[in-house]
Amino acid sequence: MKKIKLIIDGMQVMVPEKTTLMEAAETIGIHIPRLCYHPDLSKEGACRICIVEVEGARTFQASCSTPAAEGMKVKTNSPEIRQARRDLVELILDNHPQECQTCERDGQCELQNLAYALGVRHRLFAGRRKRYPQENSSLAVVRDSEKCILCRRCVRVCAEIQGVYNLQQMHRGVQTVVTPAFEDSMAESVCVHCGQCVNVCPTAAFLEKRSTDQVWKALADPRLHVVVHIAPSIRAAIGEGFGLEPGTPATLQTITALRRLGFHKVFDTNFGADLTIMEEAHELVSRLRSGRNLPLLTSCSAGWIKFMEHFYPDLIPHASSCKSPMSMLSALLKTYYAQKQGIDPDCIYVVSIMPCTAKKYEIMRPELCRPDGKPYTDAVLTTRELVWMIKAYGIDFVKLPDGRFDNPLGFSSGAADIFGTTGGVMEAALRTAAEKLTGQELTDLNFIEVREVEGLKEASIAIGDQVLHVAVANGLTNAKIILNKVRAQEKQFQLVEIMACPGGCIGGGGQPYPPEGYPVLDKEIIRRRARALYAIDQAKQIRKSHENPYIKDLYDKFLGEPGSRKAHELLHTHYTVREPRGI
Amino acid sequence: MDVNLETTLDKEIIEFIAACMQREHPRSYLISVLGKVQEKYGYLSRQHMHAVAHIMRIPTSRVYGVATFYHFFRLRPRGKHQISICMGTACFVKGADRVLEAFKSELGIDIGETTKDGIFSLDNTRCLGVCGLAPVVTINNQVYSQVTPQQVPELINKTLGR
Repeated sequence: MKKIKLIIDGMQVMVPEKTTLMEAAETIGIHIPRLCYHPDLSKEGACRICIVEVEGARTFQASCSTPAAEGMKVKTNSPEIRQARRDLVELILDNHPQECQTCERDGQCELQNLAYALGVRHRLFAGRRKRYPQENSSLAVVRDSEKCILCRRCVRVCAEIQGVYNLQQMHRGVQTVVTPAFEDSMAESVCVHCGQCVNVCPTAAFLEKRSTDQVWKALADPRLHVVVHIAPSIRAAIGEGFGLEPGTPATLQTITALRRLGFHKVFDTNFGADLTIMEEAHELVSRLRSGRNLPLLTSCSAGWIKFMEHFYPDLIPHASSCKSPMSMLSALLKTYYAQKQGIDPDCIYVVSIMPCTAKKYEIMRPELCRPDGKPYTDAVLTTRELVWMIKAYGIDFVKLPDGRFDNPLGFSSGAADIFGTTGGVMEAALRTAAEKLTGQELTDLNFIEVREVEGLKEASIAIGDQVLHVAVANGLTNAKIILNKVRAQEKQFQLVEIMACPGGCIGGGGQPYPPEGYPVLDKEIIRRRARALYAIDQAKQIRKSHENPYIKDLYDKFLGEPGSRKAHELLHTHYTVREPRGI
Repeated sequence: MDVNLETTLDKEIIEFIAACMQREHPRSYLISVLGKVQEKYGYLSRQHMHAVAHIMRIPTSRVYGVATFYHFFRLRPRGKHQISICMGTACFVKGADRVLEAFKSELGIDIGETTKDGIFSLDNTRCLGVCGLAPVVTINNQVYSQVTPQQVPELINKTLGR
């Protein structure tokens, strides 16, 4: 590729053609301030914070979208540039609520950090404030347009990464506002609740719907037996909320922290993941034998399921009828566990810690509730909410001693841990299905063909004398590519794993905001979180779901066998065609 | 294609969309299509925009974004009689704002709205090029010159044929 020579702040820089000035500056350690820019999204050039001075140019240039050119002389810092950037931030603030101290993102807000870094020390402009009511209709995501700075990151992530196109800027000028089509509420829209808008929002214009108040209340209620279970991906990400290096596994401290918060029992959603594999592998094997409704589409990701119901309702028969690991485990807690412990299920309060905002919606789906209409899971907390609760309680997370899960619903195989990353459910299912199909013990448990999937991957995997054609997709735009092939019967797959969020659950909409200096959903952070999960799997003695002794015991004493009537009653579900239809 | 989508829009518009979809960059004809829909029905209803979105395979949010961005598009039905008050510089200086206020209070509606009985719609326009006659009001394309707030009830009655 052609190389370009230019000068940035007096230093000579060589970069490949088409490199932007922002990227070129990064190669020599200059981080140009930015706001609307995100490396995985299209260039917007809306905020102008990243302006630089290019010799000979009439005006300052946005470095995120200006390509480097031969012989260019660029200044990233001068009194004029600093003044202009400060003015730009002051103008944004002029239209922004002055509520930092009471805002959920206080201390983690990109706008706040930028204002500080650029030296904004007072508000110069007192213009007209925009006024919008908070939009609370969704069970998962809260939209607060007063805090929106119109950077369009949410619009872009919703369209480009998720293919949902739910959000768009409506109207114009001072009336511009980001909403779903027809300015409908989020609840009436095609929103899939993935929470990626929350992730990428630089302010608090999008937030998860908070459940911490009700959990504090339950913990203080002496009549309730409060139990909690944590999703596989939490252990790989929660440490970042306490300043640990990305990719530091923190399973054992998390357990201790939950006990100190006052939870009576700490279980592992992983157990539900092992159970999911038992049921899903059974489903896969029977579909392979009958040849019907192939490929089997995985069903753990609540955002993906809602996406399917809006955008691909014709593929509903292909989706696994398995509930998600969370919903399986919660169902067991209010039946099997309640029975075993002799506790009235109405007195059990189930909290799940999820990397996900869509799970807040999932628990309220009527078909996932108990026969009396009450939910099996009483509250879902995102990783971010749990981090906040631990800090609010005054627990020094990094100094905590190791804890242990309670049994029987706290023991899991390594197959369950990798559920948290893209390709993990596929690999876990293959480990069990392969032994079911061949009747022989699997020697190599690592299906590296379906690991480190960046976006999407297809693979052909030999199992005994047959070859399974499989596909893994994360991010719904990638999923669309596979689903369109399935719809057009362009290629015959047997198993397709879809996760709504980039990288799978480890990149979920409820994961901690990135540490200073990283963009949200940074690929390196996602990789490190994934590696943490694979390391946990690798270190376990039992790495196949069907070898989990507590799972075997559960089937022997309670469920019968995979696919049994009882299993269907508690562990399986169904889906609905949803309006409005997605495009 | 969904039967409901087909019947929401006039056959002529369906054909126009089909022709656009044959061309290069078919989705770039969205504005023309919305223009046709408005020409036919007087405004863009939710059902119309929904149908256009699905037939053209453009996300509904994008269609609504375009419809709300351009002042040209109306999202509510027009009244039988269209009243427009010129807010150009000359008319404004000559008191068009007071004329507008008189229309607002007489009809009980704001700019861009239609009376409950569907008879009158009120709008403001930019310069009509007859500044010598300021302030200017047009009712159903008929120009009225040097309008005063006091004349407003009379103009309304005249339009109603009273």
